[in-house]
Amino acid sequence: MLSLTILQGAVLLTSTLVVVALILNIWRMLRGPDITDRILALDTLYINSIALIILLGLYNGSALYFEGALLIAMLGFVSTAALCKYLLRGDIIE
Amino acid sequence: MESVVHIIAAVLLLTGGFFVFVGSVGLLKLPDFFTRLHAPTKATTMGIGAILLASMVLTTMRDGRLSIHELVISLFLFITAPVSAHMLAKAALHRRVKLLDHSKNAQLAPKAAEQKTPE
Repeated sequence: MLSLTILQGAVLLTSTLVVVALILNIWRMLRGPDITDRILALDTLYINSIALIILLGLYNGSALYFEGALLIAMLGFVSTAALCKYLLRGDIIE
Repeated sequence: MESVVHIIAAVLLLTGGFFVFVGSVGLLKLPDFFTRLHAPTKATTMGIGAILLASMVLTTMRDGRLSIHELVISLFLFITAPVSAHMLAKAALHRRVKLLDHSKNAQLAPKAAEQKTPE
């Protein structure tokens, strides 16, 4: 079936784009002139990894990966918030 | 019917991948922190929304009933992306990260850095 082949090609091409995006993020995280740049790169890194996990779930045709993606979304936001709080106040929970 | 859904999902996936990629290129190439903040918070959020929409469409077709699991993730990301961007901008102002030379209203940055949280 032609449309299924197109869909599989789209999944693979999108995965490639996301992986290249991850590499660019890692580059910014290693290079970042200030620590806020590194935190921003980490934030983008976890969002892109959610995309990669969803694509893996599509590729394998399994619904199991959804919970992992949700966990990463929640913990990633909490970690970004904690890092910003630490930079702003010098403490996380006052 | 099935092939139409496949094509729609493929278009959504490619759109999402393109926007995620553009967000990361912006993160790498833009000149200072405050311009860099734009790329991941807008382009990447839109890209991941499109990818999750594609996953939703395909899962709905495969199971034969409406599947809105992915909507939870996209809603969560759409709420948290501006919040984390705001916190990062506040942290950068607090640390007095260097602005571009031709930033408009650059004289407001020290005042914003001094601002305390309301008691």
